[in-house]
Order: sequence, then structure tokens, then C-alpha cells
Amino acid sequence: MSVDKPPVDNGVNVEALLEARAALADAPDIAEFKWRATTSWVRGTHSQSSIETFYGLGGEQEHRTTFTHDADHPLQFASEDMGATPVEFALVALGSCLTAGIAAVAQQREIQLNSVNATIEADMDIHGILGADPDIRNGFSGVRVHYDIDADATPQEIEALVAQSQKRSAVFDILANPTNITVDVN
Amino acid sequence: MPHVPVAIVGAGHCGLAMSRCLASRSIDHVVLERGEVANSWRTERWDSLRLLTPNWLTRLPGFAYAGPDPDGFMTAGEVAELIRRYGEDGAAPVLTRTAVRAVRGRDHGGFAVDTDRGDWTADAVVVASGACNLPTVPAVREELPPGITSLTALEYRNPAQLPEGGVLVVGASSSGTQIADELLRDGREVTIAVGEHVRLPRRYRGRDILWWMDAAGILDERWDEMDDLVRARNIPSMQLAGTAGGAMLDLNALTGRGARLVGRLAAIRDGIGLFSGSLRNVCALADLKLVRLLDNLDAWARDNDVAVPEPPERFEPTAVPSPPALELALRPGEIRTVIWATGYRPDLSWLEPSVVNTRGRLIHDGGVTRFPGLYLIGMPFLRRRNSTLITGSGADAGDLTEHLAAHLGSLAPPVRVSARG
Repeated sequence: MSVDKPPVDNGVNVEALLEARAALADAPDIAEFKWRATTSWVRGTHSQSSIETFYGLGGEQEHRTTFTHDADHPLQFASEDMGATPVEFALVALGSCLTAGIAAVAQQREIQLNSVNATIEADMDIHGILGADPDIRNGFSGVRVHYDIDADATPQEIEALVAQSQKRSAVFDILANPTNITVDVN
Repeated sequence: MPHVPVAIVGAGHCGLAMSRCLASRSIDHVVLERGEVANSWRTERWDSLRLLTPNWLTRLPGFAYAGPDPDGFMTAGEVAELIRRYGEDGAAPVLTRTAVRAVRGRDHGGFAVDTDRGDWTADAVVVASGACNLPTVPAVREELPPGITSLTALEYRNPAQLPEGGVLVVGASSSGTQIADELLRDGREVTIAVGEHVRLPRRYRGRDILWWMDAAGILDERWDEMDDLVRARNIPSMQLAGTAGGAMLDLNALTGRGARLVGRLAAIRDGIGLFSGSLRNVCALADLKLVRLLDNLDAWARDNDVAVPEPPERFEPTAVPSPPALELALRPGEIRTVIWATGYRPDLSWLEPSVVNTRGRLIHDGGVTRFPGLYLIGMPFLRRRNSTLITGSGADAGDLTEHLAAHLGSLAPPVRVSARG
């Protein structure tokens, strides 16, 4: 006999995700998404980006509201620090993507999460972006993510959650693997 | 045009197991074989390959291994000979050197089977032509710079076949680890590009790992009990080799022999191979899954009072270089040869009724296709986890024979003319 315990609720609608995956098998086209942002220069290194629409499920879609994000460089770079630096947005993207994945996988595996906190840190040698040393790349030389997770699960199950989340993470893939980028100008 | 109730395409262990099962129900059939019996085992394996299942696990309908070395592993030639004798012992109606060119559905049911030695009609067709006829090679192969020798695991035979110089083995499943091991023992500089993989010890607590998986029922898990069948059918092959003595052939063993590990080969740009930064995670996933499997096996042995020679053990986590290289120049001096051990797929180009979806994946329900009378056998996780092992073909053939017999029984008129009188 099993003892009744409250249903696991991490606020993730796993059934909807699984139904969506099943629907994709019959209509692979609806899986083609396009994600968009627009960026406008404000002044100096300060820019403002907004995110409003995307394409997917066979049609144009809209966010519930328009999200805007200021980006700048810090005072130490002789900038005005009107927002996070672009590379920090990359860390935000990785942390939020992995964390969303942990919640979804936990829900699917019926693991109740109590708290999930990530610290993301990346190494960068700015010789690269300053053009001071051609042997040093512009981007990160390494990224470390540390998770503190309190969940109703064994340490091994929690480790497996974190590993599975990396395996299914879009941003992890974007950072870990090369991507073709096309930039044009009017 | 001769008619036969059932045409089996392929005289490997699956086709012959199916033949045995049909014969036991007196269902007339023919087995069409493009070459000799067990053709792939004779012509499409590297020289040193041994079966990765131990001899005692070599079971077929009406056959069980009774030789002197139950814990040994057969060479490819021995497997071919065993299958040949199995066909002979069962007097299987095999037509060798008869290549099927096309199988087409006929307007009023049944199939037309065209071969290079005459055409047949059949009420039912069983596709037993193998799951590994063609190599699956990623598109990035096209970006290889000139001067690099490129071979698939199907083309690889032995180290002497490769020019002098370093080798990049792409893939770390069964083929990739075995080929890398052989090249390392030959003194080559070997780099292995590692994606998702299944890490297993050859022996655990004094028994072969496949003994555990067989005895605990894991190999018999059914396709219709899987939560995620697409995933189950696409799990990479087990990192196992038919090594006497039971040495483990995992990434730690290979790095111990000098292999360099890099992540999955993601792209080649300007002659530089770019590797994924996911190496640490794919190794962590494989380590975690191995621990989970061993935990489950230990629990099974405990709960069922199974006597096991040795106590539980856990294996060292996979050692990942810190940091793993992300780039490698693909040029002589560094890498002279690339071997693609990136999987295999069946060649069904001759099969007109389409049994694949838009992604190229087979569509079938436990080997029963949506075309009445058309069956598949020997494909990954067809009906059971062991569907691609020799030992799994018997149960699958038995189930499919039952389905096929019911199908033949439903046909009207029930008059069937035998091709062989």
C-alpha cells in the first residue's frame, strides 16, 4: 500500500509539454520557431532591446507584454552602467534556461523542488575584446554553474536532474556548440 | 510468377529464426538472401570483431549454445558459421545469391517481390535484412579538408588499412570504443569525439553484465511498456566488447591507454574541428545512468535472494580532461584519418511501401507495419530491449509468426499455392 502524499507541483504543466511533443510527430512544421529581439542604440555603450513577438506553432505569436532590457558596460569600462553587460545577459540566459529545465524535469520525475539557486560565473580575458592579443578569444574561456537545490529527492536524483537539464537546454547548446551567424546591414 | 505465402528478406539470424518459427507452424515460405547465409557477418565486419554477447547467450529457436566455452565470445567468422549451421539444421528454404530488388504492394493485397533471379508474389513479407546496412554519418563529413582519410566503421577493417598518423574516432559507442582501442594498441595517437554514450562494465560482481540484464528481465522489457519509445529505440549501443577476461572498455580504459577525449564533433571550419563543450555533461550522464543501473541490479539480487559471487562495487567516474580541447586542426601531423563510428541504419531502398516517417524513423508497432502482411524484425527495440541481440530474435520471431499466421488465416480465399509444391 502506498501512503498518500501531496501531488508534486513545481508549477510546470508537463502534460501540456508531452502533448505538444506528441502533436509534433504529426505536424513537424509547427515545431519551427523563430525567436526575435530588436536592439536600439541609446548613447555610448548603452542600448535598449525589446522582445515582443516570435514565430511558432505555424503562426506569428506575441508575448503577454513587451519586455525591454537595458544593456551597457560598467563604470570601470568608462561607461555609464545603465544596465547589465551583454555577456552577463548570456549568463542570465544560461542560468534561467537550465533552471527552467530543472523544474520541468523534476515535475516529469515527480520530484518536489523546494528551492533552486544557481550561481553562474564565466572567465574572460579582455585582451581579446580590446584587440590586445590575437591569441585570446573574445568570448568566455570557461563557464561554471553552481547549483544549490533543496528537493524531496536523493542527492543522486538531484544530480541527474541537473545533468538532464543540461542535455535538453537550448542555451547550454548555444554556448557549448558553434552556431552560424549572419549579420547584414541595410 | 511463383507465389509463396511468406517471403523473408535476409538469411541472417533473424530471417532464419523467423523461418524456424514459420516451419514449426507448417507455414510455407522462402528466405531470399543477396549473398551467403549470414552475409553481413562475413563481409561487413572489421577483422578482429567478436560478438559482444557471451556464447551462452547465443540462443535461437531450437538452438542453444552447448560448446566448451560458454563465457567466451565468438569471432565474426564463428558467428557466420553458427548461423549457417543453424539454417542447415533447420533445412531453412534459403535461396542464396538472390538479391531482392523491390518489394511492392499489390492492388488487391499481398506483395510483388522482384529479385535478380526472378520475381515472386507473396501474401506476407518479413524484412529481416538487418538494421546496420548503411553507416549514419553526420553532414559535417562534407567539410573535411582534403588530404584526410575518411572511413566509416563499416569500411574499417584493421589498423594497417590506415595511413600513418593520428586518428580521430568520432563516436564512443560500441564500434567507436572498440576501434579506438585497437588503434591505441597499434600505437596510434587517438582522439575520440564523445557524445551521448552508454557506459557498462563487461563484468559486474563476478558475472557478465548481460547475465544481470538478462536475469533481471531488463533485456526482455517490451516496446509497449516504454514511456518514451522513440528515446528507447535511439539509445546508443552499449560500450561493450567481446573481450575474454572481462576487461571494461570504457573511456577511462581508453584514456589509460593514451586516448585523448574531446566533445561531440560539432562543426569543421577552415580545416579546424570544433568540439562541443558538453563532454563533461555527457560523461556525467553516463556515469549517473551506470550507477542507477547497478543500484537496480543490486536491489534485484537482494530482493530475490540471488547468489552472486562478489560484493557490490562502484566504478570511478569518467575522467574528463580539464579543460577538454574545443578545437583540433584536421591536418596531417595532427589528424590524418577520421573514422565515423556514428551509427548505422537499415537500407530499405528496395521496399516500396514506406515504413519511415518524415524524420526517417521506422514506423511500426512491435514489427507490425501499417501494411497488412508486411513485418520488420531485427530493428532496435523492435519488441524488446534485446531485439538486436541474437538471443532476442527468438521471442520476436515467435510473436511475429503468431501475428503473421493470423493474417494469413484472415485472407480469403484461403487457397494458397505453394511455390515448392
